[in-house]
Amino acid sequence: MNIISLTAFDLTLAAILVLLLALLTIVLRLNLASRIIIAAIRTVVQLLLIGLVLKTLFINSHLVWIVLLSLIMLLVAGREVMARQQRRFGGAWGYGLGTLSMFVSSFTVTIYALIVVVGTDPWYTPQYAIPLLGMMLGNTMTGVALALDKLTTTAWQQRNIIEARLILGQDWHKAIGDITRDSVRVGMIPMINAMAAAGIVSLPGMMTGQILSGTDPIEAVKYQILIMFLISAGTGFSAILATWIGAKHLFDNRQRLRLERLHTDT
Amino acid sequence: MTRLTLKQFSVLNLKPFNLNVNDEIVCLSGASGAGKSLLLRAIADLDEHKGEASLDNIACYDTSPVLWRQKVGLLPAESAWWMDKVGDHFSNPSHEHFAQLGLSLESLNWDVTRCSTGEKQRLAILRLLMQQPKALLLDEATASLDSENILKVESLIKSYSETNRVPVLWVSHDQEQIKRIARRKLILDKTELKEVSV
Repeated sequence: MNIISLTAFDLTLAAILVLLLALLTIVLRLNLASRIIIAAIRTVVQLLLIGLVLKTLFINSHLVWIVLLSLIMLLVAGREVMARQQRRFGGAWGYGLGTLSMFVSSFTVTIYALIVVVGTDPWYTPQYAIPLLGMMLGNTMTGVALALDKLTTTAWQQRNIIEARLILGQDWHKAIGDITRDSVRVGMIPMINAMAAAGIVSLPGMMTGQILSGTDPIEAVKYQILIMFLISAGTGFSAILATWIGAKHLFDNRQRLRLERLHTDT
Repeated sequence: MTRLTLKQFSVLNLKPFNLNVNDEIVCLSGASGAGKSLLLRAIADLDEHKGEASLDNIACYDTSPVLWRQKVGLLPAESAWWMDKVGDHFSNPSHEHFAQLGLSLESLNWDVTRCSTGEKQRLAILRLLMQQPKALLLDEATASLDSENILKVESLIKSYSETNRVPVLWVSHDQEQIKRIARRKLILDKTELKEVSV
């Protein structure tokens, strides 16, 4: 089966739709036009760059380069998690908390998938390792950001309740227990919903891409199932980890609630 | 008898002070914003502080924070509730205490959101006494109550303090109330805690 190669002209035709959308938001005074245009330009530039990087990487598949690219992806994802939180931990914690949880869960799950499930040789074969890790990070990023945002904003709003529970002699874990459970749930629900709706409501992007590029649908589906499972597990583990570490860091060694450790943008 | 001892105790810009409270009610007044609530919070080890607080010579820092807060019962100015029903916050309600505040155990079936501020305040006092604290730190315990209920709360706290021989540190602005309940009175001015005659 031949792939119909897309030309720059084809992509321009698609870009016209985005421009029309931007114009419409101006008419509706949504204040989004410049954000749409900038985001669209970022998509083009970033994807072209990663395309070039991947092409080079596939030719020289050396472990050092793959690790380097993975770390850059992780650090950018960590920054994104931090930026998506209204109230975040100050200092190194703000950045480190999300990044560490994503690192632990995404990298473990990806390496497990490469070595045990797919069995690539060598295990870091970039055609598999980089897209897998990218999808893991993209989704755990959303999960961790949602969970941490829920944790910190709710703790801020409910400080009276948390402290009332501490006063009545509950330990920190119990005093903030309802909030941590809610936070983990918020972080995991998008992924659970995606699994439940997959195939009926939505055709996942990765599978669609494979089918468009000529892969047998059943093969594409099998990879999609693998990805969904990996992403769900990775997102869940990292949301739990980030929430637990975050909740613990809201208290000090005398189990006092320390909300001044949270900062807002201003 | 339990004794609450504060040695070289200090929060924020308050000068370090020493204080002994035996099984008696000691009232604490001072302009709003003077830091009375912060002082009570610090004694309950909810905020950082300098110096040492101890109950019967067992220092706060030699006790786990959980155990310390169970023993030093703090009643914040505003009560907080996290479950739907009042009763979900009570494991071992005392019929006698409820009756002393003019409530019956029926109130355990109430929805928290439908309780008035005064009802919540009385229930918060009962919830605090339920865990048998060895000392009481009360932050304007009767501010939201009518005169009849104020007297009920005063007599409940007095009888709890006398029966269990526990120290009570009570933040109050009401001079009449202070005369009724306390033989010792402390004034917190900006940086200093002073004992004055009632």
